[in-house]
Amino acid sequence: MHYVFHFDVVWDHFPELLTGALLTIRLSAIAMVLGLVLGVVCAYQASAGPGPIRQAIKLYVEIIRNTPFLVQIFIFYFSLPTIGLRLDANTAAMLAMTINLGAYASEILRSGIEAVPRGQIEAGRALGLSRLQIFRLIILFPALKTVYPALASQFILLMLGSSVVSTISAVELTAITNSLQSTTFRSFEFYFVATGMYLVMALGFRASFTALYWLVFQRGRGA
Amino acid sequence: MSGGVSAFTFLYLLEAVPWTLLLSFVAFLGGGVVGLLIAVMRIVPSRPVRWLATGYIELFQGTPVLMQLFIVYYGAAVLFDIHIDAWSAVVLVFTCYSGAFLGEIWRGAIQAIPRAQWEAAACLPLSFRKQLWYVILPQAARISIPPTVGFGVQLIKGTSIAAIIGFVELTRAGQLMTNATFKPMIVYPTVAAFYFLICWPLSLLAETLERRIDANLGIKRRL
Repeated sequence: MHYVFHFDVVWDHFPELLTGALLTIRLSAIAMVLGLVLGVVCAYQASAGPGPIRQAIKLYVEIIRNTPFLVQIFIFYFSLPTIGLRLDANTAAMLAMTINLGAYASEILRSGIEAVPRGQIEAGRALGLSRLQIFRLIILFPALKTVYPALASQFILLMLGSSVVSTISAVELTAITNSLQSTTFRSFEFYFVATGMYLVMALGFRASFTALYWLVFQRGRGA
Repeated sequence: MSGGVSAFTFLYLLEAVPWTLLLSFVAFLGGGVVGLLIAVMRIVPSRPVRWLATGYIELFQGTPVLMQLFIVYYGAAVLFDIHIDAWSAVVLVFTCYSGAFLGEIWRGAIQAIPRAQWEAAACLPLSFRKQLWYVILPQAARISIPPTVGFGVQLIKGTSIAAIIGFVELTRAGQLMTNATFKPMIVYPTVAAFYFLICWPLSLLAETLERRIDANLGIKRRL
């Protein structure tokens, strides 16, 4: 091995990498929020909605979960413009991530909803609450608490998976790393540092999710 | 598009399917060996060994596969001054990737076996290796089948990322066909449909197996 490491080149461009990391965090965070909302809406409709909507949601979830994210991105970015829906790369990436996460989140939430004791739902009905009220006031919170770890893992997978949106020229950490390494010819150093940054982001997200769990579900609740 | 072109496109994509399957299969086998090692390393009494296995999992689950692929394919090439062909790079990366995930799934299965089984085996008296091999692993294997099949789906979808470094499997074939035909609205949904046809039966199988094992273990699931 005669290779001489030049990490100094990486440090020269570190601010750009940091910008990339922030873009990845922003993109993922927005997709997480929107995807969770989509997941909750779908989970509600899948448990209480009319038949055809239930079927449609099932189809949506199965299609997303059984096709690669990369192909989904290609469809959003390359296929949709041919039927007149032109999205810029970042919007397409965000949309694809949201729709992808929505399917997984709704499937994860479904198992949480199933775990809510029937008696509580019946009690809500006995009080004369509407379906939406039962979902909002009785089911949603404990269901989210039950599936929280699975949901958090899915969020982190989404953040790591966001690196593939660089293929449609959406700007985030991987895309910036790619362009930096191609102008400096220091591919190993740049990829090595960028990989480390992803690891830090994954650990950071996990720590934030643990803190969030404590804030939302534990504080002031005794148990 | 004339009938001839679309038939050609279809056949070209179809011919790429075996490469996706082969890559997934080889990575699954390699990952199975690595995963078993990691799972056992996670539960042995020696603490440094457990830390080593935990570090491996954190590293491969906490960084994007795409970055790992870039490091191996572009980074290692300049680092060791060798040319790694795309096939070797993707097999290596997806083996490590599935090793981390399978290791974590199987560790969960091993730890789901009641403590009393270990204690009973220790009373017989079997060595740690024999306790694991004759008593724990056969039971753990059964409960680990559904999530393992589920991971197979994740792996098959994941191999689409190999397209980014130019390895011609189903997704790359889709890119090439799009460039040749300028029909992304036909090509990418077809690619997605192929993945769906491969993955959906596996997903259903995983679900069925899970339900059956739950029933055997006396776990009731509300459907």
